[in-house]
Amino acid sequence: MKIQSCRQLASLTGFALVGTLALTGCGSDNNATASSGASGGTATGASDCPTGTLNGEGSSAQKNAIEEAIRTFQEKCKGATVNYSATGSGAGIKQFTAGQVDFGGSDSPLKTTEKDGKIEATEAEKTCGSPAWNLPMVTGPVAFAYNLKGVGNLVITPEVAAKIFNGAITKWNDPAIVAVNKDAQLPDMAVKVFFRSDDSGTTENFTKWLSAAAPSVWTAEAGKKWTGKGEGKPQNTGVATAVKSTEGGVTYTEWSFAKDNNLGIAKIDNGGGPVELTAESVGKSVATAKQVGEGNDLSLKLDYATKEAGAYPILLVAYEIVCSKAKSPAKVALTKAFLKHFSSTETQQSLESLGYAPLPAAVQTKVAAAVDALS
Amino acid sequence: MPSITGVSARDDLPDPDGGGSLQGDSASATGRGRLGDRLFCGAARGAGVLVIALVTLIAVFLLSQALPALAKNGANFLTSTEWTVSGDNPRFGIANLLWVTIASSVIAMTIAVPVGVGVALFVTQYCPAWLSKPAAALIDLLAAVPSIVYGIWGAFVFGPHIVGLQTVLNKLLGWLPFFDNDTGSVGSSGTIFFVGIVLSIMVLPIVTALSREVFDQTPITHKEGALALGATKWEMIRTSVLPFGKPGVISASMLGLGRALGETVAVLIILSSLAADTKWSWSVFNGGETFASKIANNAAEFDSAQQTGAFIAAGLVLFILTFIVNAIARVVIERRKVFSE
Repeated sequence: MKIQSCRQLASLTGFALVGTLALTGCGSDNNATASSGASGGTATGASDCPTGTLNGEGSSAQKNAIEEAIRTFQEKCKGATVNYSATGSGAGIKQFTAGQVDFGGSDSPLKTTEKDGKIEATEAEKTCGSPAWNLPMVTGPVAFAYNLKGVGNLVITPEVAAKIFNGAITKWNDPAIVAVNKDAQLPDMAVKVFFRSDDSGTTENFTKWLSAAAPSVWTAEAGKKWTGKGEGKPQNTGVATAVKSTEGGVTYTEWSFAKDNNLGIAKIDNGGGPVELTAESVGKSVATAKQVGEGNDLSLKLDYATKEAGAYPILLVAYEIVCSKAKSPAKVALTKAFLKHFSSTETQQSLESLGYAPLPAAVQTKVAAAVDALS
Repeated sequence: MPSITGVSARDDLPDPDGGGSLQGDSASATGRGRLGDRLFCGAARGAGVLVIALVTLIAVFLLSQALPALAKNGANFLTSTEWTVSGDNPRFGIANLLWVTIASSVIAMTIAVPVGVGVALFVTQYCPAWLSKPAAALIDLLAAVPSIVYGIWGAFVFGPHIVGLQTVLNKLLGWLPFFDNDTGSVGSSGTIFFVGIVLSIMVLPIVTALSREVFDQTPITHKEGALALGATKWEMIRTSVLPFGKPGVISASMLGLGRALGETVAVLIILSSLAADTKWSWSVFNGGETFASKIANNAAEFDSAQQTGAFIAAGLVLFILTFIVNAIARVVIERRKVFSE
């Protein structure tokens, strides 16, 4: 951000000048936005890399993903700065609705139902002066991670998982676990459950799955605070390393933490056969999710109880929330460029090493179309 | 805490009214108007006032932040084990936190004080002269290890080995409520018992270093007198070194206890917290949270004045607890001083 030399300063000013000119052109010619977008497309270099600063705030679940996207974006576009502070989904929506940030990040789309006398989507629309769109950008699967020597192929059904996490199953060779793992050599060992002692979106998504897929066993309401049994450890690191150092330990954690600690990751059987946690199986789950938003508002309704073969059901989708018609036209080009970069196949693929799954092609196409339609 | 070391330092002065006579000196110096004296007197007085002002301001801050939340609290703050701090009807109490904090610290002290005094006696009385300096330096080095290192080492290296000991203790002494594992909710090494052990290692250098200093100060005449009367080495230590060093050992223990009570990161990493509806247990093989670890773990969620206030109220209790511990230490030392001089 620091300007290091005069020449850089000059070139920056030049960029800014060109950018401002181009944008004033856009602003004065409102009914021809589509054509101006197209003309931008011809001068690829300039339109892909506008200059300026974009501020976002929200979900910490997508922190690593968006930071990676920002890093590569800023490498590509030297004149652009994107800031993202991972303060939590609630804070992100609050700041976006208050008009403090250019985009919000959230684990769940803007709510269209009334809560505390306010409808999030309507409030956001008021601020934007146009409908706010939820664009799914990052998918983060949650792993059922365990530490059992010699058991590499554990299969877990929602009922078994719910019983393990509410304390009904206390031994690894419990008949309920054996029933779904006929071939595995399950030891006569205590099940040691670890949960997140801090409030967490991972807990929320995991309990959403439990209560959707095993409603008769998991009766507690899904939420950020753990309501089951077990012993608590702070953060993803805490639970993952606790399981690593405790034989018979089991927890739920973000994918990357289970992988980094070499923990066993169970296959999940929602009723359509055991599904391994892979980028494809997560993508399939996202692809089969129902779109509840209209048009370019791509808010999805995940089916945690999905019986679709090969679809991994425990995941969260983080959205970027943007105004469909930006209030300050100066930001439009930058927002579009950044989101286009974020949703591009290249960026999405690079997220896999960070423990996220790339968006499936069908959703990615829709996101790209929606980003193009921003004005 | 500086007050305690102040007291033990004053013990060594020949004149109990040393402070008073010093003041007289400075007054006469100011009378003559020497600039250096006046400056130093002002600086020293300023430092003293600053500390008092700081402590007072911290207390005022804690109180002012905690009171609104306490006023809305629907549960008994001192005896409740609930902890619901958000929403319109907050219910929270510190019974669990207080128990875990005190239990882990007591375990730490019961291990650290005897071992620390033993180490100090060895270094000052038994070991050959060439070894005493390096041995002392090594123990001091323990104090230089950051607490997060203790936490990680405890949780991942030492912890897995302690589970066996816990099981044995539980089997042999399970009839005592403290060693019963009635809730069975913690199966790993994340217990109050284990945290106490790690805390004792963290506290050990503090206890040892101060005890060593005072044992070293034992007047040679006392020691030689005891030996001349036919005392064995152990009898000499018992009759001259230990009584002389007692106030020092007590203040060392209190300093250590202060560290154990307030230790945050190591406890946060090692100790398993419990699910919200786990029933109350006196067992040290249970998990839980101390004041400090609870506040640290939830710092990210302080999004309303009410939540923050509830946690600050817990912090206030820790503040008062440390105060009480120090006050007791002072009283004990004042009473013992008579015998040691």
